[in-house]
Amino acid sequence: MSERNTQLKVSAIKDGTVLDHIPAGRLFQVVDILDLSHCSNPVTIGVNLESKSQGRKGIIKIADRFFEDEELSRIALAAPEATVNIIKDYQVVSKKKIELPAEVVGIAKCSNPMCVTNNQDVPTRFTTVVEGEKVKLLCHYCEKTTEEFVPLRH
Amino acid sequence: MPKSLISINDFSKEDILHILSVAREMEANKTQRLLEGKVVACLFFEPSTRTRLSFETAAKRLGAKVIGFSDVTNTSISKGETLKDTIKMVSNYVDIIVMRHPLEGAARYASEVCDLPVVNAGDGANQHPSQTLLDLYTILQTQGRLDKVTINMVGDLKYGRTVHSLLQAMSHFDPTFIFTAPDALRMPAEYKTFLQKRGIPYTETDSLSEHLCDCDILYMTRVQQERFSDPMEYERFKDVYRLEKSMLTGVRENMKILHPLPRVGEIAEDVDNTPYAYYFKQAENGMYVRMSIIACLLGYK
Ligand SMILES: [Zn+2]
Repeated sequence: MSERNTQLKVSAIKDGTVLDHIPAGRLFQVVDILDLSHCSNPVTIGVNLESKSQGRKGIIKIADRFFEDEELSRIALAAPEATVNIIKDYQVVSKKKIELPAEVVGIAKCSNPMCVTNNQDVPTRFTTVVEGEKVKLLCHYCEKTTEEFVPLRH
Repeated sequence: MPKSLISINDFSKEDILHILSVAREMEANKTQRLLEGKVVACLFFEPSTRTRLSFETAAKRLGAKVIGFSDVTNTSISKGETLKDTIKMVSNYVDIIVMRHPLEGAARYASEVCDLPVVNAGDGANQHPSQTLLDLYTILQTQGRLDKVTINMVGDLKYGRTVHSLLQAMSHFDPTFIFTAPDALRMPAEYKTFLQKRGIPYTETDSLSEHLCDCDILYMTRVQQERFSDPMEYERFKDVYRLEKSMLTGVRENMKILHPLPRVGEIAEDVDNTPYAYYFKQAENGMYVRMSIIACLLGYK
């Protein structure tokens, strides 16, 4: 069975974005990062689907929405192995792997309450550190490691 | 050499050795008018009398004028001025900024909002690189070398920023470490991983007497109350180790005891008159190292 058919089984979208190969445990983090709970477009979420390569995976389909690369790179913080499929007229017209940025600016919150970024109007800046399948963030200012990605609230 | 001294990790082995060699010139010639006509700002957003006096004296011994404040009461900062605005304003008046701030990363941020060199004189629990450089200078002075030294770090190895920075800086020089700490204040895993990756050996113990006789440097630290969120936890650990003269029989002849000072009860006064006590000389060295830092960052050496 082709991959296209498997995807159609979950729920096909005519135009939009399909985020695939999200580790099942991180699916809702990705939902948060993209702020999909406030998204008015039709969103289909599949969780604990079987995957040949990953065991259990999650998938998110967002109709009529196409993300900027900067938005997509945020996903890498929670799910670096996720893939992005751009759908036009039920067909995958492009497929890309999410690139983990070497530096993350103004997206994540530093977990250190004494960090200057949490107390003055300073945009956060981190370098990404990959440990196993986890992505950690090393703060450019306080030099502490943030283990769990928390989006900066603007 | 980097424009500013923010974190010891920004400085290469060569940068470090250069600062130390200029510090030796400063010690040999304690008054040099290298910075005649220059103005140094010492901005202490958090009080620290020792560090401030050491920097101010260093600047004055080089012939510079010093401006600044020793705490923020009655300044525009207590009226809510942002760090950025304070730094921008001061940077118009001076040639270099020395600053201490309770927020971690404050000095890095300051160095980004102005064009002047910034010296971090402590940013909360993060870095205090002039302390690290004076520790290195003192190790070099007492051992005649920095390479292959065995350092026994004692006390609060969990929250103690001086031991973390010293560990990182010493990693250039093929050291061996002994970590003496109570279980709850052990060296954090990230620093042990850092050493493992570089193949630097270390052992851990909770007994102060265990490794007194097999180290070249005994680096004592104070358990700092301000790093504990729980006052009960502080009470449990503040007096955990106390070094006394009677414990020093059989130590290496070249062994020296260092301490970033002030001490509380970690080192009994009867240790002061032994040939191993070096912490007061270490504090004096701070001035030569700070003279060197200021002169080097201003391009005079
Ligand atoms: Zn931070």
